[in-house]
Amino acid sequence: MTDFLLELRSEEIPARMQEKASADLARLFVEEIAKSGLKAGSIETFATPRRLALIARDLPLQTEAVSEERKGPRANAPEQALSGFLRSTGLTREQLVERDGVLFAVIEKPGRATAEVIGEAIPAIIRAFPWPKSMRWGATSSSTESLRWVRPLQGIIALLGDDVVPCSIDDIQSGAETVGHRFHHPGCITIGNAGDYAAKLRACHVIVDPAERRKMIAEGAHTAAAAAGLTLVEDPGLVAENAGLTEWPVPLLGSFDPAFLEVPREVIQLTMRTNQKYFSVNDAAGNLAPNFVCTANITASDGGAQIVDGNHKVLAARLSDAKFFWEHDLKIPLEEQAKKLDQIVFHEKLGTVADKVDRVAKLARWLVEEGIVGGSNPTSATTPHRHPRESGDPACSSVSQGSGIPAFAGMTREELAQMAEQAARLAKADLVTGMVGEFPELQGVMGGYYARAQGYPDAVADAIRDHYKPVGQGDDVPTAPVTVAVSLADKLDSLFGFFVINETPSGSRDPFALRRAALAVSRLTLNNNLRFKLNAALSKLHAIYGEMIVSASQHYRLPVEGNAVFLRELNRVAEYAQAKGLNLVLKELGALSPEPRKPFRFIELERSLLENAANVQRSAVDFFADRLKVQQREAGVRHDLIDAVFALGGEDDLVRLLARVKALQAFVQTEDGDHLLTGYRRAANILKKEGFEGAGEQVSLSYTPEKEEADLLTALDAAEPKAEAAVAAENFEGAMAALASLRAPIDAFFDKVTVNDSDPAKRSARLATLARVRDAVHRVADFSRIEG
Amino acid sequence: MTDSKPATAKGMSFQRLILTLHDYWSDQGCVILQPYDMEMGAGTFHPATTLRALGPDPWNAAFVQPSRRPTDGRYGENPNRLQHYYQYQVVLKPSPPNLQELYLGSLAAIGIDFTKHDIRFVEDDWESPTLGAWGLGWEVWCDGMEVTQFTYFQQMGGFDCKPVAGELTYGLERLAMYIQGVDSVYDLAFNDPKGDFPAVTYGNIYHENEVQMSTWNFEVADTERLFDAFKKATAECELCLENKLPIPAYEQAIKASHVFNLLQARGVISVAERQAYIGRVRDLAKGSCAAWMEKNGWAA
Repeated sequence: MTDFLLELRSEEIPARMQEKASADLARLFVEEIAKSGLKAGSIETFATPRRLALIARDLPLQTEAVSEERKGPRANAPEQALSGFLRSTGLTREQLVERDGVLFAVIEKPGRATAEVIGEAIPAIIRAFPWPKSMRWGATSSSTESLRWVRPLQGIIALLGDDVVPCSIDDIQSGAETVGHRFHHPGCITIGNAGDYAAKLRACHVIVDPAERRKMIAEGAHTAAAAAGLTLVEDPGLVAENAGLTEWPVPLLGSFDPAFLEVPREVIQLTMRTNQKYFSVNDAAGNLAPNFVCTANITASDGGAQIVDGNHKVLAARLSDAKFFWEHDLKIPLEEQAKKLDQIVFHEKLGTVADKVDRVAKLARWLVEEGIVGGSNPTSATTPHRHPRESGDPACSSVSQGSGIPAFAGMTREELAQMAEQAARLAKADLVTGMVGEFPELQGVMGGYYARAQGYPDAVADAIRDHYKPVGQGDDVPTAPVTVAVSLADKLDSLFGFFVINETPSGSRDPFALRRAALAVSRLTLNNNLRFKLNAALSKLHAIYGEMIVSASQHYRLPVEGNAVFLRELNRVAEYAQAKGLNLVLKELGALSPEPRKPFRFIELERSLLENAANVQRSAVDFFADRLKVQQREAGVRHDLIDAVFALGGEDDLVRLLARVKALQAFVQTEDGDHLLTGYRRAANILKKEGFEGAGEQVSLSYTPEKEEADLLTALDAAEPKAEAAVAAENFEGAMAALASLRAPIDAFFDKVTVNDSDPAKRSARLATLARVRDAVHRVADFSRIEG
Repeated sequence: MTDSKPATAKGMSFQRLILTLHDYWSDQGCVILQPYDMEMGAGTFHPATTLRALGPDPWNAAFVQPSRRPTDGRYGENPNRLQHYYQYQVVLKPSPPNLQELYLGSLAAIGIDFTKHDIRFVEDDWESPTLGAWGLGWEVWCDGMEVTQFTYFQQMGGFDCKPVAGELTYGLERLAMYIQGVDSVYDLAFNDPKGDFPAVTYGNIYHENEVQMSTWNFEVADTERLFDAFKKATAECELCLENKLPIPAYEQAIKASHVFNLLQARGVISVAERQAYIGRVRDLAKGSCAAWMEKNGWAA
């Protein structure tokens, strides 16, 4: 048994690729040697910017000899089959063995030297290496078939025990030599074997283990900050990135002019992190300190003084830029900035960002006006049980119940609606500011800062800042009414618009992040107990889109009329020039003709809206159902039960839907529920088999029913109104209890009563009774969707 | 000496920096070229880079190229941003195996002490949509400041580079500011004063230029004539291509590219149109490269 060392040395490998490259190297090595039946006792990998390395321990020196028997054709098979078999095995007819009339080839594979196997494996690994991006270089790149690597490959160490495993790829030969740190130890060093690899490199200022470098950086940065009485802002991602940029990491503390602290801390931290890979530091009070920690790749002879000084200057230049943007942006009111949004295309069919903002503002206002957000009937956010018809018929109103977010104290609904509209109209204005142009990640955050500094109400500034939330599964869900209105409106607008133009997600393709938007809508709705029908919101959006198209088409006519006058004049001059034979004038006129009329910018949207509007409501609600299933899976809610409730149609109030699903889930886990499900299935099967299509109506019987039949009818008469009332009152446990009362009569009915009676009157009455059972159950959920 | 500021108190003057780089790369066997006499956004546009990156012939060259980026103008008020600045460009084809060492040698030559400074090669993939070109490499950091763009060209004008050229682009002003330890580009010592002729700063030479050119770029340039110039350069390029003249065709592509940059600075190109204009310039550049390949009898 012996150990093997492989080092692939190259010019600087991007930091972000090193971790996966290590894993790929181990995987490919294991796969390659496994082809010869070799397996290492353990595999260890290393990575620095300039090398990927692997140590495979406890490899045998030889592969085992194997004897493989392969079944061939029958002994009396045609000549062709035989010769094919001989060719494929490389044997002659005499070497084959015959058993029971079938020929067998026994192929002896002698053991091979491990060195030989590895010598073949290395070039195969290098050629198969899955770099995200690779390149050619040097003289061999005259052919596009030349070796590709992430950056030029400089050398290969391949040592099995103390011996070099000879191999070559392009013009690179394996050996035992590598280089140390680029500046601390620029010369060659020779490695003896796997055992001294890490130690020899450490002596030459290279720490080959990335975990150790990460530790050095995390601890060193912490110590450097603590020495100045400061606290490091932890950032594991940045630790890893710096570990990928250094072979000999040395964290150093630097400072910047405190005058820059007037710039929002997010800006300072972002520019330090993304542009310079610096850690941020807090003072004792938790405020951002005018300091940074950079990670040098060298122990400088002056203790790092010049390195810190240089980094200080670079940061000063970056922060000056940021400060310039901050001060410049502050001078321009967000309302002014918002006017420029008509220059940014949101989507070619859905118009500009200004168009979107207008739609979102209208919907946000509507959400408040309808009491969906900031509703006047605040209730507990956990249970939707309430008496239904407090304010008109919920079926006619978009609000099925009073919503969970109470109106702001002392604010009328109209005031809140105005605030929501104002926040929506300003929410995207920061997209045209200098700062967001420079740091797109700060969209929203900067708008919030500018709004506050320019004296807008806090609720508006907060809404601008937070209206993109929740971004991911773990992100906070806004609760402030103005924020919720803007955030919800923004996402609903995107969903509706992209569904109208058929840009719906498919498979892994979701370029407009609609799944995330739907998830955000669900979370905003459920967390805040917002009571509304999705279809009502979608209908409102339909109307808003309609208004936008009509209004744009009115503006559109003007230039067309202007063009018509211009064209007429142009033609008059052209005719004159033609008549007089003024060729030069004619030629110039040709260049003058107005631009060809651009088509109306919403021409496609208008058509899509006409064609798809009806489908969109259905498919969008289905889409929500799907996302809800995914989202609720983690909470343990069964996806088939969500289907069962959605399948009834008309249930598009997410809060009520989930309450219904949860009650159903509790019920089907009880014995009553289980039996009812069985009875329901039996009824549904019979109805299906008998082709009974009618609804379950009460029929007056022309015969005297059997006791169990009469009992079931009595039970249905009692249960139906109870279930209906309970559903209407959103008392889903009550509805389940009403259904549970059917369990025993149904079981008894199936026990004693023959549905398929020879008397057609009995048969059809009993089928109708079963249909009543089915329909009663369907008042709560479509039980046919329940699995298991 | 009339200037109170000793111009070369620390590090070499701006012109000495250029001369030192010339000497260094000349010693490496490079052809030392003069700047191309047309306005362009980067040294990469110089035909000694673009066209010479194509085809099998070896090519080692170094030159200074004035680079014009109208939108970067700041009326002489920003200490770091200029609409006209200098790039030092080195092209080595095929890329030599010790290109990184050669490059570090040039830093040592201009006085950077590797025992006191932190030099880093940080991933930066390069792409020029207008040239239909891309490559992999790094931005080279010196104490956190990007001083050089280091690229292995993979494609130029849409053609695979066979063989690959290595390209080094030094930002001369940044490098000089670093070496001289000044905070504003305008404070850079340009010359090495001798006798009665005073020290001349970068600001003495270029500050007024920045003020006037920024004004022209952003406010004055006649956009009608610029649109016209774009059209004419495009037409002229096509005429050259019809006549199988890739070099003048490429010059017109450079011209169109610069006019497009001026139009951008004037803010008259909408976001939607921008892509179309870039595509137009790319077609010209690619067409010129294709014609150049054909003229030389090189297979794609």
